[in-house]
Amino acid sequence: MSLIGAVLVLLGAAEVIVWALRRNPSGNIDAAILETFRLRVHAWWILLATLATAFLLGHVVTVVLFGLISFWALREFITLTPTRPGDHTTLFLVFTVVPLLQYVLVGLGAYGLYIIFIPVYVFLLIPPMIALSGDYKRFLERTAKIQVGLLICVYCLSYAPALLTLKLPELAPGVADSGGNVRLLFFFVLVVQLSDALQYAWSQSPNKHVIVPTINTTRTWEGLLGGTASVTLIAAALWWATPFHGPKWWMAAAMGAVISLMCFAGGITMSAIKRDRGVSDFGTLVEGHGGVLDRIDSLCFAAPVFFHCTRWWLMQM
Amino acid sequence: MDTNLARSFLALLARFLSGASVRWIDSQPDTCQRVYFANHTSHLDPIMIWSALPPAVRMLTRPVAAKDYWTKGPVRRYLANQLFSAILIDREEIKVHQSPVDLIIREIGHNYSLILFPEGGRQSGREIGEFKSGLYYLCKKRPDLELVPVHIDNMNRILPRGEVLPVPMLSCVSFGPPMWLEAGESKTNFLGRAREAVRKMKESREV
Repeated sequence: MSLIGAVLVLLGAAEVIVWALRRNPSGNIDAAILETFRLRVHAWWILLATLATAFLLGHVVTVVLFGLISFWALREFITLTPTRPGDHTTLFLVFTVVPLLQYVLVGLGAYGLYIIFIPVYVFLLIPPMIALSGDYKRFLERTAKIQVGLLICVYCLSYAPALLTLKLPELAPGVADSGGNVRLLFFFVLVVQLSDALQYAWSQSPNKHVIVPTINTTRTWEGLLGGTASVTLIAAALWWATPFHGPKWWMAAAMGAVISLMCFAGGITMSAIKRDRGVSDFGTLVEGHGGVLDRIDSLCFAAPVFFHCTRWWLMQM
Repeated sequence: MDTNLARSFLALLARFLSGASVRWIDSQPDTCQRVYFANHTSHLDPIMIWSALPPAVRMLTRPVAAKDYWTKGPVRRYLANQLFSAILIDREEIKVHQSPVDLIIREIGHNYSLILFPEGGRQSGREIGEFKSGLYYLCKKRPDLELVPVHIDNMNRILPRGEVLPVPMLSCVSFGPPMWLEAGESKTNFLGRAREAVRKMKESREV
């Protein structure tokens, strides 16, 4: 709870800063950047409120919430992806049965099933279903598009609520770490958001070495390295709120670095897709924020890696 | 169930399920008498436009729909008659003394607006088909009607011709600037201009 308190203070401070800067515009700060920041802060408020509500209402609500986010992100992804009439039945199943089953498995904590359901069984089922439609034009391309959409929007994101079912080591012999899972998920989402924000903030520094100018002109080496370094420090400072406590505090720091790198990977991948489709955003759900997928790309890429690292490290010790 | 409540509920449901974003381009919602004419690829098209309108406008707007489709089964009949108060056109039997245009003019009186699909039937491709002449004859008898071009994007992927199960992709409904039948304008010229207006809305969507 103290973690949520800290976030509340942080967001409050951000809100005050934005308010002050809007009242007295100074020449040093670009109005467009300020506006972006203001909208971001609002998005964070919504995110915090939604997450807090879901946490309070319990595991099931949180899993359902992430399921709905997955569903919406998948809609944005497939809408932007050209498909052919022959894909219709496959797409129907992809939208209805697959996300539902995946999140039910996650909710039940069926680890052995939810880690393979999509990448093995669903991925095997999609190509023959498309073949059955009789339309062989751009067959591999169509198969791959649907598979990548499912992988990013459903499979990867479902690892975030799966953190709630992870079995954490006992605090002391016989003392279970109650609430540890919720804190773990909150820590994860918080660090992802900080990674996004800090990478963006560092990329505003006067030295700009853009990493891949053809894909994204705002992502610079300064942003990536500075952002990762500062996120690592912050994550280390938050060790007390995670299951990585005591002698394992360094794991919190390592997680910060891993998350930051995955956020970058997610951002650059989605930028490439958007560039190819010639759009700036995946959707228009909330004015000024683009689509859901634009907000959760980092979350999707970081979730499975964070989950598996956590599981592996905590089991080892 | 209370009809107004059911209407709002259905509109909300349609908006959520279709994920439709609504754009008004050089155009404003208004309760004046209008004809919303759009491209047609799916049975859901009338619902899409109807639910995209603000409630006050929606109450005064009636879709023109095919009788053979919308009278099949109690659900469709309820939707068409009670909720949309659709003007149903008999496609099989068009009588001379009971032409659809006369029927429409009688039904809308001086209050209601219309949702119309001038292509006649649903198109399967991505291109907009040729417009049938009904729109022209309607405007000739009622030149005061404001014509608003509408383009519905992506419905041909959500529920294409011949499919039963809708795939919940996101669609977009774009309303364009109003136009009128000019005095003395020829039929071909007018229908071409109307079709071009819808196509323009489509292009504004494509990047």
